[in-house]
Amino acid sequence: MTQNIETHFESEIAVIGGGLVGSATAYGLARRGARVLVLDEGDIAYRASRGNFALVWVQSKGLGMPEYAAWTKASAEQWSTLAKSLRDETDIDVAHHQPGGFVLCLSEAEMEARINAMRRLHNQPKMVQYPYEILDHNETKRRLPAIGSDVVGSVFCPLDGHVNSLRLFRALHTAMARLKVDYRPNSPVESIRPDHDGFLINGPWGQARVQKLVLAAGLDNARLAPMVGLHAPVRPSKGQVIVTEKAAPFLHHPMVTVRQTDEGGVMIGDSQEDLDFDTVVTPPVISLMAQRAVRMFPLLAGLNVVRTWSALRVMSPDGFPIYDQSQSCPGAFVVTCHSGVTLAANHTLTLAHHILEGVLPASLEAFSSRRFHVSSAA
Amino acid sequence: MKTIKDVASLSECYDLLIIGAGPAGMVAAATGAEQGLSTLLIDENPAPGGQIYRGITTTPVAAKETLGADYWRGTDLVHALTASDAVYAPETTVWSVGPAAEGTSDPGRMEVGVSVGGAARLIQARQVIAATGALERPFPIPGWTLPGVMTAGGAQIALKTSGLVPDGRVVVAGSGPLLYLLTAQLRAAGATISVMLDTTPLENWGRAIRHASDFLRSPYLGKGLKLLLGAERGMRIVRGVTAISANGDSQVKSVRFRHGSKEEELPCDVLLLHQGVVPNINLANAVGCALDWDEDQLTWVPQTDDWYETSVKGFAIAGDGAGIGGAESAALRGRIAALGAGHRLGRLSANDRDQRAAPVRAELMRASRGRRFLDVLYRPAKAFRIPKADDTIVCRCEEVTAGKLRETVALGVTGPNQMKSFLRCGMGPCQGRLCGLTVTELIADARGVPPTEVGGYRLRPPIKPITLGELAALPKTPAAIKAVER
Amino acid sequence: MFRRLPDLGGETVNFTIDGRPATARLGDTVAAALLASGMESCRTTPVSGAPRAPYCMMGVCFECLVTINGIGNRQGCLIPVAEGMAVETQKGARAIASEYSAKGDAA
Repeated sequence: MTQNIETHFESEIAVIGGGLVGSATAYGLARRGARVLVLDEGDIAYRASRGNFALVWVQSKGLGMPEYAAWTKASAEQWSTLAKSLRDETDIDVAHHQPGGFVLCLSEAEMEARINAMRRLHNQPKMVQYPYEILDHNETKRRLPAIGSDVVGSVFCPLDGHVNSLRLFRALHTAMARLKVDYRPNSPVESIRPDHDGFLINGPWGQARVQKLVLAAGLDNARLAPMVGLHAPVRPSKGQVIVTEKAAPFLHHPMVTVRQTDEGGVMIGDSQEDLDFDTVVTPPVISLMAQRAVRMFPLLAGLNVVRTWSALRVMSPDGFPIYDQSQSCPGAFVVTCHSGVTLAANHTLTLAHHILEGVLPASLEAFSSRRFHVSSAA
Repeated sequence: MKTIKDVASLSECYDLLIIGAGPAGMVAAATGAEQGLSTLLIDENPAPGGQIYRGITTTPVAAKETLGADYWRGTDLVHALTASDAVYAPETTVWSVGPAAEGTSDPGRMEVGVSVGGAARLIQARQVIAATGALERPFPIPGWTLPGVMTAGGAQIALKTSGLVPDGRVVVAGSGPLLYLLTAQLRAAGATISVMLDTTPLENWGRAIRHASDFLRSPYLGKGLKLLLGAERGMRIVRGVTAISANGDSQVKSVRFRHGSKEEELPCDVLLLHQGVVPNINLANAVGCALDWDEDQLTWVPQTDDWYETSVKGFAIAGDGAGIGGAESAALRGRIAALGAGHRLGRLSANDRDQRAAPVRAELMRASRGRRFLDVLYRPAKAFRIPKADDTIVCRCEEVTAGKLRETVALGVTGPNQMKSFLRCGMGPCQGRLCGLTVTELIADARGVPPTEVGGYRLRPPIKPITLGELAALPKTPAAIKAVER
Repeated sequence: MFRRLPDLGGETVNFTIDGRPATARLGDTVAAALLASGMESCRTTPVSGAPRAPYCMMGVCFECLVTINGIGNRQGCLIPVAEGMAVETQKGARAIASEYSAKGDAA
């Protein structure tokens, strides 16, 4: 590295991590007039933002934590506001569409399991209400003519949708630049130290002094959080993705595992493996993903695969997001989730406001990491 | 040699699997078979030869002098391959190479994804040699995507395989020994070239002269002089060309260029571009081989040991894919790589291997003499590697321009992988083959850092097209079912 | 754009380009046959609709993508032309829905 000259800078608030979570939050902070510094890694990093599936997805979220269902629904409902704000700011159209999405089932057993999961989800106390439909093969076929005979049925939710997540990533960074966010790539963080009235952040690049701090460093939050009295026990969960060559539009709704992007490529995804930091693409997994996609939509069989890749989701022990402010170091916040696209609208439009106010509202209390050490607190 | 044309006929496992039937691959296959190794040679073309000897068994261009003696030297390599016990799979692609899944008897094995005629299969190999050769360096000038603009190598392939020559007002442009060779071949075949635009930077001569003594003793000298003198006869050559653009709406109509302080525009029906060749490292990159930036050849080159084994155990690269050396060098390196593989497989003692390789290495030394002079002399100018004009397309597949790339560097994007996410460059079907080097160099230039600090695209399989249907038919594992059918 | 050298001999292959009869020489790839036929471009891009033609002839650039016997995005420079082959130029992204229904109708 060439950075042997130490850099010292100051800012009102630092966001550590320039992925979708960090940049959505930083954009939200900057839109409210804050002076924001974003410290990010470089070209090669464990970037969940480059591997995500680009869904704005509501159905099936929140079993075990109804507050998450409500938070997700709220984000889905304000996603068009985010899309418009980004277009106004940057001229970039992030291809946001929420035409409703399907979960397709390929066997009676899958269908039954899905229906049960939906019932359990919606029977929870304090569960937010939203519509969904259980459809048989014929009704699914009427709405999605391209499905194959192996599709037993589906669950449809009108709130679901998708965006062009790579364009979202670029739009957020472009918007940050417009709003004079001080974005520093190749700036890994080694240590954070509370200092009177703020924090000192150190890395090989030098030191930054800030008043407030948001940890949005994905998997690295696990290491950084304890430095400021926070707890973010996140672990990698590997997901493999297939993307095909561009095809003329044929699929006008997203499925949870198959979607056609606005640019024409078809993405196939949603494998889940706990293999630590391994990111190798494995033929048996992508083969099964391909097989299921072809059973869902037989016309896909002839499409050429252009790329496969894998990325690491940022998973908390219960799979739900963590939003917290440090009790021992007020002003230090942690933000972590594996739905950086769905929740981007909340992060920009809602969360950033609370962070600036310095208080996370009661509605976000359920997301505190205190839920992971109930026994020790008791 | 046994030829196989369907996936079902392939064995479960080969001792030695070679990818690419150019000079390095053909010799490696013959050398592997000669040691008694079960050897499979896979190639995507219908006939052996690679690009340099493309169509050597099938070309309709009968007059030997048209393609020249160097081309016909490939015949011996084909004969050696044909006489060997190697298995040859033409019209077959390799779309992935990775470690064999756990549970196989021999943990060092590699798993190779192959596809023939629309059917894919995973087979295994104890050693793999990639002989994936070279491709022409990207030549991103304004208008290079217009129909009528092709690589000179592309025109040469049309000549070799089909006896086709460019017609109408033909302009060749660029630099390097191959440009002169291709031009001579096309002219010998009867094509009329209106003008050659030589982009070799004039200042390169001063730098190259330091390496001239080796060159003067090399076989390149005689060949080069003959080509240069031949080119001067009956064709206009413009030297010191510093800018070129192809113009037209749906087809190239004219070529505009600058030399010295002069601008010229000439009508043009076919524009052939060439500025040297670079290793085709897509497979090596996807396999995870460590790559180094070669500042002379301005390209990524895989790290290899004395036997061309890469940083990935059991995976070697022979020929131009491991660094440009030309056809003769490629054949010699194919032999050395196969001897190395034979030793790793326990077929040859270290002593045997070294003894057999010694004369090959001596010959390789001779064949490589003068190479450095050519590398330095024909190092392409910055203006033809990093487009100055903002509207020049860099990524042909996703139509990403130089200006857009520079604008995005300014956002804080420091390398090609984040660039891919932001602009989709390198995400099209060519998988960055035609833009990778340009994107790396452009980012490095814009940031004012060397290309090593910027890095290159990280690639993942499939490195050749495979359909979802083919992929879907591959075997599954319990772990895969657990990962997907949750 | 390209012309065939005289007196090559060899067998002739009949195929079609967008339904029009054409001939090639046995051993030609589809891309070479298209160049020989005088065709200006073989497709328009899915991104901007710009016309493209064969560029590298060796399987690396993916510019010579054409529809062959009803299957889109095939690399013309790697596939030998065959008697009776139907080659079609492409407009923009591959139309898999119509490819698939045509295949179903034929079956």
